[in-house]
Amino acid sequence: MKRFIPVLFFALFLALTYAVLQMPPAGTIDAPSYNHTTEHYLANALEETGATNVVAAILTDYRAWDTLGETIVLFTAIVAVISVLRKRPTAEVIRDE
Amino acid sequence: MNDIIVKTVARIIVPFIQMYGIFVILNGHISPGGGFAGGALIGVSLILYTLVFGVGAAEKKFSHRLGDLSESGGILIYLLIGSVGIVSGGYFLTNLEAGFLKGETGALLSGGMIPLLMVAIGIKVTSTIITLFHAMIEEDPS
Repeated sequence: MKRFIPVLFFALFLALTYAVLQMPPAGTIDAPSYNHTTEHYLANALEETGATNVVAAILTDYRAWDTLGETIVLFTAIVAVISVLRKRPTAEVIRDE
Repeated sequence: MNDIIVKTVARIIVPFIQMYGIFVILNGHISPGGGFAGGALIGVSLILYTLVFGVGAAEKKFSHRLGDLSESGGILIYLLIGSVGIVSGGYFLTNLEAGFLKGETGALLSGGMIPLLMVAIGIKVTSTIITLFHAMIEEDPS
């Protein structure tokens, strides 16, 4: 049974490589990611937000809720790191008693 | 690092990196860049300062308290700007319908709440980078 596992993974590798080769080239107009949402952003971002940078318009206007989540992820990460690494004076007091 | 060349060069170059970071943040809505890129630039300038002049000198410039305040303040500014949309009768994080200044296309004061949110994100990313670096480089004296 064990000798079949590498064969299985190689078959999986071949299948995935085939799938990657079937993907449309990046940036073509037929790509599935180029749908009506993209067209709406590119056509109306300047009018609806007043920003000439469409990436900024998507990031902080259309998808501002996602960016809020992103900042909260940063906040949670820094709180976790500080709670582990920063030495607190209260901890020493507790240890001394 | 006790090298006169490195210290002199760092002392000259740090304000320029920070000025460029502020430029990238403020122009986030009219040119490539934004809060994340500009905040990373300012954070990196403070990392350079820490590496050259030591943790002690750097914590006089950017203390734990300032780190805590800007860390929470970035998110609070973001939430406050978002709440303006609710107060003015729209959804959370409404932009132009909430009465933010649309301005002239391509001007610095345009884009409604986008530059304000970029400033909030910039504060957040700066303090995240520098607080993380200081927390990891600090040595435990015991």
